[in-house]
Amino acid sequence: MTVLSDDLRARIVAEFPKYPNKRAVTLPALHLVHDELRHVSTGAIEEIAELLELHPSEVHDTMTFYQFFRTEENPLGKHRVWVCRSISCGLRGGEELLAHMCEKLHVTPGGTTEDGKITLEFAECLGVCDGAPCVLVNEDCVHNVTHEMADKLISELKA
Amino acid sequence: MSTYEPVLLARIHKEQSHTLDSYLADGGYESFKKALGMTPVEVTTLVKDSGLRGRGGAGFPTGLKWTFLPKDHPGPIYLAVNGDESEPGTFNNRILLEKDPHQVLEGIAISCYAIRSNTAYLYLRYEYGAAWRALQKAVAECYEKGIFGKNVFGSGFDLDVRLHRGAAAYICGEETGLIESLEGKRAWPRIKPPFPAIEGLFRKPTIVNNIETMACVTQILKRGVEWFKSIGVPPDPNNPRDAGSYGPKLYCLSGHVNKPGCYEVPLGITARQLIEEYGGGVPGGRGIKAVVPGGISMGFLAPSELDTPLDFNGPGKVGCLGLGTAAVVVIDDQTSMVDVVYNTARFFAHESCGQCTPCREGTNWMQRILHRIRSGQGRMEDLDLLLEVSGGIGMMPGTTICGLADGAGWPVKNAIRKFRSEFEEYIQSGRSTIKPCELIGAH
Repeated sequence: MTVLSDDLRARIVAEFPKYPNKRAVTLPALHLVHDELRHVSTGAIEEIAELLELHPSEVHDTMTFYQFFRTEENPLGKHRVWVCRSISCGLRGGEELLAHMCEKLHVTPGGTTEDGKITLEFAECLGVCDGAPCVLVNEDCVHNVTHEMADKLISELKA
Repeated sequence: MSTYEPVLLARIHKEQSHTLDSYLADGGYESFKKALGMTPVEVTTLVKDSGLRGRGGAGFPTGLKWTFLPKDHPGPIYLAVNGDESEPGTFNNRILLEKDPHQVLEGIAISCYAIRSNTAYLYLRYEYGAAWRALQKAVAECYEKGIFGKNVFGSGFDLDVRLHRGAAAYICGEETGLIESLEGKRAWPRIKPPFPAIEGLFRKPTIVNNIETMACVTQILKRGVEWFKSIGVPPDPNNPRDAGSYGPKLYCLSGHVNKPGCYEVPLGITARQLIEEYGGGVPGGRGIKAVVPGGISMGFLAPSELDTPLDFNGPGKVGCLGLGTAAVVVIDDQTSMVDVVYNTARFFAHESCGQCTPCREGTNWMQRILHRIRSGQGRMEDLDLLLEVSGGIGMMPGTTICGLADGAGWPVKNAIRKFRSEFEEYIQSGRSTIKPCELIGAH
């Protein structure tokens, strides 16, 4: 029984022609696996390494450097929500917004709600300083987020 | 208000501005065709003559960088486009890529031709999901229409543009960190020399350029060197090392202003003009305590320094690190500088890659000392300790491989030198401005 599906393997292999060596596919492969499985397990690391002709420790080294990829002990929820706390958002209520959402969701930053719906994280500058404070919901940024907007967002994501 | 008519942002308010059809209707990819009719050396000379300096932060002359590539190299040569825009306060790459990705892609195509590269990698930070989708679509459109691929426009020139997605790490904006990350490794910056132009991505000669720089290249080909040099600030005659600050710049205005946003104006506008004429002033008519001139690693302008021109030389003359990314963050007079500097120190402590001990340790010490001050436990000697740590880490004191630590130390140094009495008063009062919400959000 393998961790990576045939489809996932095919999508990783499809990245090979874009680079002169397979090692460069490490990040794309990690993203593909992480997006689909919501974490990258030890088994997945081994299988990625085999595909890329690397030692599993090399894949693990790269993966853990970024603090972006979750392990199987701490997987992502269905939705990943980042609240920016860097300077422009910090000046406009980013910290208060993060605390508000933590309280609403009963989690600390990095945690996932009990129903597995939302993983809440703090972010360092999301690059949406013109819409501060901002929140990145999966792949899309919400600008000028008030506490009321955050409440609405949470109920939509929980639905 | 200036009468300057935006060029780089001219298309962003149009409907469907991100599509190839819309771009072609506005004369898109004609500059690339023009370049293909010239020799690569001619294109490089044109960009060099324009005086274009890199928009990513260091301000190195773009055309000159291109000439550092080895002559008659058998190839491959790579172009790595740096879209890891992560400097706090900066967001112009996001706007360009979401709204007008083809302007950037055309600049990439022209640059590849000029440096004799057949492959460009565009490294985009993970957080820019909408820009990622816009780019994927734009690149696919270009392959479909024969703008990228084999023998483009029948010129015999082959071009591949590959998109590569980062994983939320500030250090990937450092050019050799970006290269390491692209190669599938941890993004630890490399010791230079060799510089990337000699040995870069996949150990081949590589040019690393910023997204906004690529958009400028498109416009220089389209409008000419004279147009570019008619905008901005010529070299300072008293400074033989100054290469001038020509062309338009995308200033990112945020923080305590009524109208935050990305504004395209000629290089050399002052912080005061930007805030008053474009940003609509500070909310509630409050005063200004400090202004970040170009991303937080550049330090702070004091209220008396707001008439400093924001060109490549201006911020340096008042003790800032430089123009950086031209991200202007306004801090009002109700805000404690101790809190602001803590925010910047926390950022760098989080984003230090951990390779060089002075940076890994120093950024954390600075955060912890500032935390102690903010919790009411500060000692007066902490200020000198902060100056010592911030002055000892970085490329300038020669203790680290890359400039992250210089950027981490600069706001601390600047704040203590320019706002020392505020720090002293804070420590003497023994008060704490740590907000309850920070305790919940603390990691």
